[in-house]
Amino acid sequence: MSEQDKTTLSTGIELLTFQVGGQEYALDIMSVREIRGWTKATPLPHAPSFVRGVINLRGTVLTIVDLADRLGMGAAQTSERNVIIVVHTGKETVGLLVDAVSDILAINTTDLQDPPDMSAAECEESFVSALTISEGRMIRVLAIAAALPTESEEAA
Amino acid sequence: MTDEVDPMIEIRASFFVECEELLESLQDGLQLMDDGQSDDETINVVFRAIHSIKGGAGAFGLEELVRFAHQFESVLDGVRSHTILVDRTDIAIFFQASDILADLVRAARDDEPADQEKVQSILDKLSVILGDNAQEEDEVDASDFQPMGIALDLGLPELSDNESVDTDTQHEPAITTDAISAPGNEKPEHFLEGFKIFFQPDSSLYETGNEPLHLLKLLREIGEVDVSCDTSNLKSLSELEEEKSYLAWTIYLATDEDEASVRDIFDFVADLCKLDISPISNSTLPPSNKTDDAPLSSELSIVPTASETVVPPAPPQISQNTADLPVRKSTVPTLPKTNTDNNKPSNKPRPTVRVDLERIDRLVNLVGELVINQAMISQSVTDADLPSNSAISAGLDEFMQLTRDIQDSVMMIRAQPVKSLFQRMSRIIRESSAMVGKSVCLKTDGENTEVDKTVIERLADPLTHMIRNAVDHGIEKEEDRLNADKPAEGIVTLMASHRSGRVIIEVSDDGAGINRERVLQIAMDKGLVAENSQLSDTEIDNLLFLPGFSTASEVSDLSGRGVGMDVVKSSIIALGGRVTIQSEPGQGTKFTISLPLTLAVLDGMVIEVAKQILVVPLNAIAETLTLTQESVLPLGPNNRVIKVRDVFVPLLDLGSELGFRAPLNNFDNAVVLLISQENGTQAALVVDAIQDQRQVVIKGLQNTFGRPSGVAAATILGDGKIALILDPIDIVSSAESAGNLAQNNLQLTG
Repeated sequence: MSEQDKTTLSTGIELLTFQVGGQEYALDIMSVREIRGWTKATPLPHAPSFVRGVINLRGTVLTIVDLADRLGMGAAQTSERNVIIVVHTGKETVGLLVDAVSDILAINTTDLQDPPDMSAAECEESFVSALTISEGRMIRVLAIAAALPTESEEAA
Repeated sequence: MTDEVDPMIEIRASFFVECEELLESLQDGLQLMDDGQSDDETINVVFRAIHSIKGGAGAFGLEELVRFAHQFESVLDGVRSHTILVDRTDIAIFFQASDILADLVRAARDDEPADQEKVQSILDKLSVILGDNAQEEDEVDASDFQPMGIALDLGLPELSDNESVDTDTQHEPAITTDAISAPGNEKPEHFLEGFKIFFQPDSSLYETGNEPLHLLKLLREIGEVDVSCDTSNLKSLSELEEEKSYLAWTIYLATDEDEASVRDIFDFVADLCKLDISPISNSTLPPSNKTDDAPLSSELSIVPTASETVVPPAPPQISQNTADLPVRKSTVPTLPKTNTDNNKPSNKPRPTVRVDLERIDRLVNLVGELVINQAMISQSVTDADLPSNSAISAGLDEFMQLTRDIQDSVMMIRAQPVKSLFQRMSRIIRESSAMVGKSVCLKTDGENTEVDKTVIERLADPLTHMIRNAVDHGIEKEEDRLNADKPAEGIVTLMASHRSGRVIIEVSDDGAGINRERVLQIAMDKGLVAENSQLSDTEIDNLLFLPGFSTASEVSDLSGRGVGMDVVKSSIIALGGRVTIQSEPGQGTKFTISLPLTLAVLDGMVIEVAKQILVVPLNAIAETLTLTQESVLPLGPNNRVIKVRDVFVPLLDLGSELGFRAPLNNFDNAVVLLISQENGTQAALVVDAIQDQRQVVIKGLQNTFGRPSGVAAATILGDGKIALILDPIDIVSSAESAGNLAQNNLQLTG
């Protein structure tokens, strides 16, 4: 995103912030469909480890991705207090398993910074599309499309 | 503008939907003709179908389609009026023509160019049939059919004011004006017996593509007619609504036919017009009609200039008598049908509603929810430990019954007769038999068997392939057939029926049967089976389903496109079906496809493995067994087999195959499901427990992560949890392809 883009797109957005593996992440609230408590998922055989399984979301089968595991921070310890954020990306609806939901943050797009180039670092970096600061804390904006595995990736 | 464009698109779309139906009835009629069961009404139906297509096509300016339909129609009109006598060769050409017509309709729909060469060749063939009648017919055509196509415009909401003059003038008065101004008016001299017919079409008559002129012509065929047209209702051109009906006719008909046959002519417009038929005797002769054109009102005279270009003079017998219309009041709009109709149910189709498939799918989904919900309630009732005679249990039983009824009814909505599919196959037969130069006919049975719509759609490809195979490999060459004392014409039979909750579709031919020696030899050559294996007949037959198998020694145009029976088999299995072969040397080969009635609900066995609840489709399970440690025999370091009735069957632990747990070592008292594989071999899957056997609602899995291997779909259990529906055959074959079983299994099958 260039400097010019940011000024032209200088509009307010709302972010849903949540805790994953002790870090604070955020999602554009427009992609969030609902937030629900943790229910035990039915595991899928031969699925990647970060795919926790499937749950029944009012009659549809919803795939649950363990976001902490996906971001390379180790599988989450699931308990009653975990939360599933149901997000809709493109044509898929997926449930993200996170530690807790924190807040809704209204910010201006100009307040978003590109993440520093850390291509040497582990894969986590590619899952963050932008960074922003709220009350002195760094919020990582999740690149949701990148966080969800593609078929080829799974096959690999 | 958009207001005007949208309805046209919609109308166009509905025209093509109608075309499909018309093509279907066209096929039906031709089939009846081919079977020698046709009567005049059959030919009428065929004619009408082509005619309606032509009419609609004319309205949308689909010239190619109009041109072809016109020619086809001309021939059939000859057939109808018995000026052309057809034999089966001609009917075969009609079939081809109907195929082309279908092609043209599709080409027009998708805006794609049609195969001109084919079209022309059929057109030529049709002209040959038209032959000697051509001259006469052409004349009649010109006057007879041209306006009809145009008259159909009436049925379509024109963009009246913005339309060009051309279409504006193509309305019904144009035709009648000409009819009126027609010169001939020989008055029948002696009305010994006859009828007086008052005929006033409703607007709907035109909307449905019927044409009064045609009916009048038909009347003319059964006797002498004296026609007068009542134009008194006709409005001036500026007030004229081209979709409305303004004209009425009074016809005096002198004929020997009885009233029923007169009514027959109006049979298919009976609901679309005011019709009064009354017998007349000599005393009630109509007054002699006048010849002057005076009754042509001034309004009408506006029309002809344009109309004459489209409407050539009408046959002379249709004369006019506007001066004097002794209209007898009577209330006979529809009479009880004559008995000729009783054996033709197709005449009066039951009223139907066209519904968006999405809405039905939504209903199906909701009913699925209902089934799940009902399962939840019954579970809570069971958990609550109520006495079995309590009101709630009784109510629940009733509720379950209702749910099942609703489910059945909803599934019936999705069900469609396989007829359309079979008709497509008859085309495949025609095309493929022509390609390999064999004479093959298709016999169908049970084409009213209803099958889920999706199943029908997804069956088309496998069936096409099987039919082609039957024609190419199944049916022998003509001289071989004659040598074997068979009729030169081969027969491929398509049969559909319901059997014990499943749909059975059989494709059989009366050909030479499977050449097992050759099949086995090829399989050995290709390394599909070990050299010198001894296989049973069924096993050899099933080799046809192996990937990479093709028996065609010479690759023909038809088969040998790299798509084998294995693809047929896998697409049928994807539908939850099975396919089996029976073959009798010299007698033919029969493929039997067995399919579930619906794709939305499945009979499953609920099992438990590694504390997970899973569902295995019942149709995959051949039987269930309980093991003892002794019955499990080790084979190599990691594999085990069990002995089932003297056959060794590989044993797999479902839990470890799914990655839920480490492989078991102790199989004492273990429960196994014996899975029938596609190639007829079996495999045994160890499970922890069998819980239940019940219907489950199939829920698709998201494809975010691709389809997990071994899992077909998911379902929701009574407690609201999701259980995976396994694909046991996939599990077994992936375990085999993993290499740990492949070798052993091959020997076992041998």
